[in-house]
Amino acid sequence: MRTMYIARSSAIASRVLAGETMVMSVADSTFFTLNEVASAIWRAADGKTPLEEIVERDVCPVFEVSVEDALMDAREFVRELSEHGILKVSDQPILPEAAPAPPGVS
Amino acid sequence: MSLLHEMNERALTHGVPLSVHIDVTYRCNERCGHCYLDHDDHGEMTTAEIKGILEQLAAAGTFFLTFSGGEVFLRRDFLELVAYARQLLFNVKVKTNAVMIREREAQELRRLGVEQVQISLYSHRAEVHDAITRLPGSLAKSIRAIRFLKAQGIKVTIANVLMKDNFADYKGTQELAYDLGVHYTLDPTVTPKMDGDRSVLGLRVAGESLPSVFRDASLVGDVAAYCAPPPAPGEDILDGYPCSAGHTSCYITPYAEVFPCVQFPIVCGNLRQQAFEDIWRNAPQFHEVRNIRARDLTTCSGCGHVGTCSRCPGLAYMEGDMRGPSTADCEKSFYRTGIPSENMKRKGQAVPPPAGLVQIGLLPLGL
Repeated sequence: MRTMYIARSSAIASRVLAGETMVMSVADSTFFTLNEVASAIWRAADGKTPLEEIVERDVCPVFEVSVEDALMDAREFVRELSEHGILKVSDQPILPEAAPAPPGVS
Repeated sequence: MSLLHEMNERALTHGVPLSVHIDVTYRCNERCGHCYLDHDDHGEMTTAEIKGILEQLAAAGTFFLTFSGGEVFLRRDFLELVAYARQLLFNVKVKTNAVMIREREAQELRRLGVEQVQISLYSHRAEVHDAITRLPGSLAKSIRAIRFLKAQGIKVTIANVLMKDNFADYKGTQELAYDLGVHYTLDPTVTPKMDGDRSVLGLRVAGESLPSVFRDASLVGDVAAYCAPPPAPGEDILDGYPCSAGHTSCYITPYAEVFPCVQFPIVCGNLRQQAFEDIWRNAPQFHEVRNIRARDLTTCSGCGHVGTCSRCPGLAYMEGDMRGPSTADCEKSFYRTGIPSENMKRKGQAVPPPAGLVQIGLLPLGL
């Protein structure tokens, strides 16, 4: 299976609340809460670390789950969030998205 | 239970200020007769002060951030503040009269990722709206702004305050919202001024006029459910909190004061002297508000409406007792259901149901 890179969109609002991550799409107001496993993937979604590496590094050792199972769940999670524009997915590393800047500032 | 409701419950359990409303200025380019604010600038916060507060709110767990005023666009740094809030990943809502929003501002709000914009509009007719705002041409400018915002795909809500002067126009304003493709809310609440001046309350719609509004399905949805007599309050209701003010939400003035809510002007601390977390966790005023359960309410705990009433503790506070009734909400409950509140009975206002208002929940089945 091809390598998958994931990066958080800047068109979201997000906050951690008592261990769970709240994420809302600015585009369509879809609201998600991410459990601890999904939150770990979300935090690591820097656009340059392959999903497989994130799962092996941040999920399997902490949550005691096999790589195959974790990767299957992670791909499903990534697919759902990417459909709402919350995560960006590519088979190439993703360049960081510029954070919203004040008008007139490039 | 919806995800948002779940997160609210979680915030309540953990004492997180999930929603914060911050007024960045009280200055305004309109002079609405019902406004509760003093529009002079008594030393509003600097850009750096507000940014510092936003950082503190993000650290405290605030997710929903409402920027309001006064008119927010009177601050030259307003878009810079929005940009900073978005960098901190708040869900941002803006309340404005929109008079100063043109295409460029609409584009910026979209680019910055503002989730929604709420615009005050009092009528679909300029002679009524502009008379209320006392700003000639304001209706045309606000409508133009709505079109700019819609063109950018931003979610817009028209917020209409129902008063004597615009009562006849609320349906026309609703149709305007429909034509513009935006949401519409209508609220008959006129609040006393922040300094306690109650003269503006004379602008409130007479209670006798409210049943027709409460029975308008296009506004309230299921009329039968909305106007039904309240179910007998159980222990869970009496053990519950009157509202989210001070529990999962609070309000910050342009002068850095922290209140439980914009309608609850009890100063819990000032962010120029204390950290937000310190005020939120330790202010005795917050503790007092948080300790109040429905069963502690002096009159309302014995009222049948206690579980369904829109009772505002801030309005009750402004009437003199944060544990007491909010008379305006008593009247709303009465004119919604036809059943007098305990407060009205004690005051000898146990009048019969208003003409034309049917206690729908009491109708025998089959009729």
